[in-house]
Amino acid sequence: MRRRLVIIRMPPSAAPAIALTAVAKSFGAVRALELVDLTVAAGECLGLVGHNGAGKSTLMHVLAGTLSPDAGTLSIAGETFTSANSPALAYRRGIRCVFQELSLCPNLSVAENTRIYHGALKGFGWKARARTLIAAKLDEIFPGHDVDADDEVADLSIGKRQMAEIARAFTVTDTPLRLVILDEPTSSLDATTARQLLTFLRAEVRKGTSAILISHLLKEILETSDRIVVMKDGTVVDTRPADGFNRDTLVAAMGTGREVGDRSLGQASQRDPSLRNSPEDVGSRQRLEPTYAPPTSSTPRSAKAREENTVLRARPRTGGTRELTVNRGEIVGLAGLAGHGQTRMLLQLFEGARSRVAGTEVAEPVAFIAGDRQSDGVFPLWSIGRNISVGSYATLLKGGLIDRAAETALANAWRERIGIRTPDIGNPILSLSGGNQQKALFARALASPAGIVLMDDPMRGVDVGTKLEVYKLIRAEADAGRTFVWYTTEIDELAYCDHVYVFRNGAIMADLAASQATEENVLKASFVEEAGA
Amino acid sequence: MNKGPDTSFSSHRTIVSLFPDGRKKMTTSVLRRLTNPKFLRSILPALSLAVVLAAIYLVAPRAISYVGLNLMLQYAVPIALATLAQMCVITVNDLDLSIGAFVGLVACIAATWLHDTPLLGIAALVLCIGVYAAMGAVVQLRGLPSIVVTLGMSFVWMGCAVLLLSTPGGKAPDWARAIMGLSTPWIPFPIIAAAVIALIAHLGLMRTSYGVMLRGTGGNPRAVARAGWSLLGAKVVMFTLAGVFGTLSGLSLIGLTGAGDAHIADRYTLYSIAGVILGGGEFVGGRVSPAGAVIGALTLALAGTQLLNFMRISPDWQIGAQGAILIVVLALRALIGAMERRP
Repeated sequence: MRRRLVIIRMPPSAAPAIALTAVAKSFGAVRALELVDLTVAAGECLGLVGHNGAGKSTLMHVLAGTLSPDAGTLSIAGETFTSANSPALAYRRGIRCVFQELSLCPNLSVAENTRIYHGALKGFGWKARARTLIAAKLDEIFPGHDVDADDEVADLSIGKRQMAEIARAFTVTDTPLRLVILDEPTSSLDATTARQLLTFLRAEVRKGTSAILISHLLKEILETSDRIVVMKDGTVVDTRPADGFNRDTLVAAMGTGREVGDRSLGQASQRDPSLRNSPEDVGSRQRLEPTYAPPTSSTPRSAKAREENTVLRARPRTGGTRELTVNRGEIVGLAGLAGHGQTRMLLQLFEGARSRVAGTEVAEPVAFIAGDRQSDGVFPLWSIGRNISVGSYATLLKGGLIDRAAETALANAWRERIGIRTPDIGNPILSLSGGNQQKALFARALASPAGIVLMDDPMRGVDVGTKLEVYKLIRAEADAGRTFVWYTTEIDELAYCDHVYVFRNGAIMADLAASQATEENVLKASFVEEAGA
Repeated sequence: MNKGPDTSFSSHRTIVSLFPDGRKKMTTSVLRRLTNPKFLRSILPALSLAVVLAAIYLVAPRAISYVGLNLMLQYAVPIALATLAQMCVITVNDLDLSIGAFVGLVACIAATWLHDTPLLGIAALVLCIGVYAAMGAVVQLRGLPSIVVTLGMSFVWMGCAVLLLSTPGGKAPDWARAIMGLSTPWIPFPIIAAAVIALIAHLGLMRTSYGVMLRGTGGNPRAVARAGWSLLGAKVVMFTLAGVFGTLSGLSLIGLTGAGDAHIADRYTLYSIAGVILGGGEFVGGRVSPAGAVIGALTLALAGTQLLNFMRISPDWQIGAQGAILIVVLALRALIGAMERRP
């Protein structure tokens, strides 16, 4: 039973339209939100920025009722609710959300999707009403949009889907519209429609609706918002009126969280400096680099040596002209905002190693370490040993059959080497903690004969101790001649790379030598706009 | 790559050029509509039925008559109802492997309890539908694969039916026989019944605002949940409807056969799945068509036995021939799908 437990009335003029107080949310050991306070006034557009995993999306889900916070209160127009939120309640309270992953049913028409959203669209003639409602809103926001209310969503292009979803969030039936949350609303829109949306948003805000705009396009945020909130690691680190920021100060605010600088320093100092073969030390990472796309020859090795040693060369299929080149024994990082083509690059390399792929040359066999352990990594019903040896069957054959003794020996050797904490390698893989499961996946890749290891953000949800052990192991393997391509969403991990490529919209935006791979430079390249910088 | 549509268009163009200019434009737009993959896909079920009917007409012209159609299509009614039951389950991305056994059990209940002690019979049927609703709840709440749950239940249904009627027998309720034996003027009863069933299902699932939500659950469950609907509710409703249609299927079947048998409808499970797919439905994604499903069931009923009998194909080969027909139709659909994906 969801009930309003406490209702505190405040004078309506003093109350913000929406206020979140001391909201916290954890997923297992990961604290996505730590005591966040957020207010949005009526008729205010709030810009919300932050790097991957800063907690923006979690915060939005809490507001939209799709996630329940562990602690904290939500108050709307002066009424405070401490009980659980739910999507239906959020709708009734006037909160609408356009999620980053589209929330339309592909098998239904645009009008039918509008009906799903509004409980009031029922009874005789509902379809005609839904059609007029959504068509009018589409006309209002995106004049000349070319989306028919009867078009099935699956037949629409991604941009038109996004337009339909945005328009749907602004339609009103029987409940008032108080706050619209737009999470990366322009990611699939072209320049014209994006402009139409932002113009409409300003007009709507003037009428008294509140809005929260999340975008990685800082220009949009700076031009459209009244106030900007910067989040980092689950907390709000800066709040200012929009004209108190420019692009540089905004990027700086995202990078310099109160606690994060300490954490990266702490982690760096725990690291053994002798493990790195690059001459740079930790201090140089803090240096501010004015440009962030240096020619590749700025690496310590000469261009010629690089050429001879290249084991991998690829141009992203997803866009851009810049190439990715990797030398034997290098650790190369792929950085940038999540979902901007890094995983697709890894998959392209993986395909390229097995068959001919245009624009891709891979000289050695590859192994892949999945980031999503549960769905792409472990064989949940197999033992730990099997999970390790499955990548090396080619070397374990004896007369066409698998040599069980050699298989066990291999698994045991890797248990020792990588420190998997289990009394028996024959135990099921799921008996291990997440971090140790990930170690088993590393062992699988490293035990295999593959000369190149592709890593798809493999440290998600892994504890710090395990991470440090694995970093050390990767460095040792690289020194022994193995090559690593490492997609990571954690900027701290880039310190372990010899070279960093920053991706945006599927293309390589910057090619940073180890000395230049500072948080500042990576953020700048991730957020830079066509006209910018 | 573009060979297919190009050749078809160039052959049309020669025809079009025979007409004066004004009509040319209209004709091309009609042609474009006719070669539009979406349109092709939607008429494919009806087209398949027409082809099967034409084949029967070629082999045995006298079969296409009031009496002939009445005889050939009488078993299409229970198959169509079982297909709609399956369609309800497929709409919410599940699969029901127990529908055949369930129809058999309903037939046994109807031939015994419903005939002898109607109140007990009605109570038993209501209980069966309740179990179907519970299956939907279990699948949603426990996240179990519906294939496993329904496969397990199929043995339960089968066991109950055998306990109730260990040897073929019993007697159908008189009203069931009366309804299924109706003789209607001009159009044979099975065709009218199939049309009425299709219309009701179409209005309920495709046109009502509630039906939209049910289909949306198959298309993007998360989006529907985010809009505040209960996925549990949707699943229970769809499984309950499957139970209702399954019960109607069993009652209509017993009305035709007159006596019950636990194994009377064993083939219905695969018939119903094939009917939904033949009718333009897809296994996942909430894409279903009630009218198409009924047409698919009619096609299967005709192609399954009648056509093959007329063609003097021995019963040993009939199942194989049926499978071949299914593969041909599905291959055509895949072809249309490929046309659609091409920019």
